Amino acid sequence: MPDARLKTIEGGRTSPEAAQAPLLMQARKLSFCPNGKPLVDTVDLDIREGRRLVVMGANGAGKSLLLRLLHGLLPPSGGEVVWQGKPLDRAAMREQAMVFQRPVMLRRSVIANLQFALAVRGIGGTERRRRVEEALEQARLGDLARHPARVLSGGEQQRLALARALACTPRLLFLDEPTASLDPASTLAIENLIATAHARGITIVMITHDKGQARRLGDDIAFLHGGRLVETGPAARVLETPNSGAARAWLEGRLYLDDLSSTPSPTP
Amino acid sequence: MQDFGTTLAEAIGLILLADGDLIEIITLSLRVTLSAVIIACAIGLPFGALVGAFRFPGRAVVTVFLNALMGLPPVVVGLVVYLMLSAAGPLGPLRLLYTPTAMIIAQTILVTPIVAALTRQVIEDLQTEYSEQFASLGVGPLDRIAALLWDARYSLLTVALAGFGRAVAEVGAVIIVGGNINHVTRVMTTTIALETSKGNLELALALGVVLLAIAVIVNAAVMALRASAVRSAYA
Repeated sequence: MPDARLKTIEGGRTSPEAAQAPLLMQARKLSFCPNGKPLVDTVDLDIREGRRLVVMGANGAGKSLLLRLLHGLLPPSGGEVVWQGKPLDRAAMREQAMVFQRPVMLRRSVIANLQFALAVRGIGGTERRRRVEEALEQARLGDLARHPARVLSGGEQQRLALARALACTPRLLFLDEPTASLDPASTLAIENLIATAHARGITIVMITHDKGQARRLGDDIAFLHGGRLVETGPAARVLETPNSGAARAWLEGRLYLDDLSSTPSPTP
Repeated sequence: MQDFGTTLAEAIGLILLADGDLIEIITLSLRVTLSAVIIACAIGLPFGALVGAFRFPGRAVVTVFLNALMGLPPVVVGLVVYLMLSAAGPLGPLRLLYTPTAMIIAQTILVTPIVAALTRQVIEDLQTEYSEQFASLGVGPLDRIAALLWDARYSLLTVALAGFGRAVAEVGAVIIVGGNINHVTRVMTTTIALETSKGNLELALALGVVLLAIAVIVNAAVMALRASAVRSAYA
């Protein structure tokens, strides 16, 4: 169990810029407890319009589960997700998009993957063609448009997945470790796409283990430990001077168990 | 009784000469089998896809039932269809007994559970892969079924082939409801059974060779198609 320090959370504290942005989504006492075990534990989190929130934490901290709960892919065991003051519903989900760590490619061509995503959202005709062309250009996949999506490289598939999500013009984009296992060039391409999305005003909630990426792409950081939100705040502050023991230990690269008060930090 | 070599030579002669009776029997066999497989696919593919793609109460029971029906005994199916179509049966007024239509009905009943059960498994596996992406995109039920069936099309070709294999080799049900009437309901398998019992081994063997050749050709075509799909990552 996390010690007392971990329970005195920094949740709720946000940067002045974030506090000024309108509230888009809220997690209220959000929990996910399959078989009674809390994997996400009473998380309170504000997601504000146009901001980039980076979710960090060790493996098994509940980051991916939290994103799935926020996006409505999993039903919460407790608490609720609120979208613009109302409970999350299908209409709200259609204003969001998600890119998974392992991109899911339909067994079709690159262009057919894009067309499908737009077709199921009721976008057809000239508008669909325009968005497909724009997505191919943004993802720099124009030359591969007629290729089967599943033969693309990992980086190309992730670019396609991101372009497919952006083609649906979401207000909120969830990214679950979008650059995990990608090389620096592919990572840069993905980061450029994320930056472009943010420049268009899309709110971003992204998981990463990469502190540099969190610094480059994050306005705010939410740090999870053992399913609990142990710290939130402006990215620069959390990365430089984390308040919680878990975030400090993780960011310093120390090995630790749940009980930080009794676990000595191995000296490198 | 002739030796095997002589019989085989005469059988091949019949095939090469395109014997009229032989062609008629092969044509009827293919018509009955293909009709049954097409109807079975029209029913079994969407039904299997529905069971594979959606969660509903009783789904496990339906799945067990479908899997069990894959092993339906053909003679039992033949008997039931016979009873339904006989003069005293509820469908007697349709006068379908001892017609190719009756044979198509019997084969459809045998093949549909095979197509549905295998489709359910194929679609369920694909659905597991796609489910989160579909949920994220907000894909509706109809779009989901259509997309799953389309993306699994190469695997489903193999399913249809399994149905074809069962239908084309079937003898028990079609002989009961078709009656093996010459020039009316005589198909390859029933002819082989009849001609063998009569000692007319050339025709029986010729039909056996054709049956094997059809199975090999269909399998080879589907394998080639599937290999091409795998190479281009569509399967």
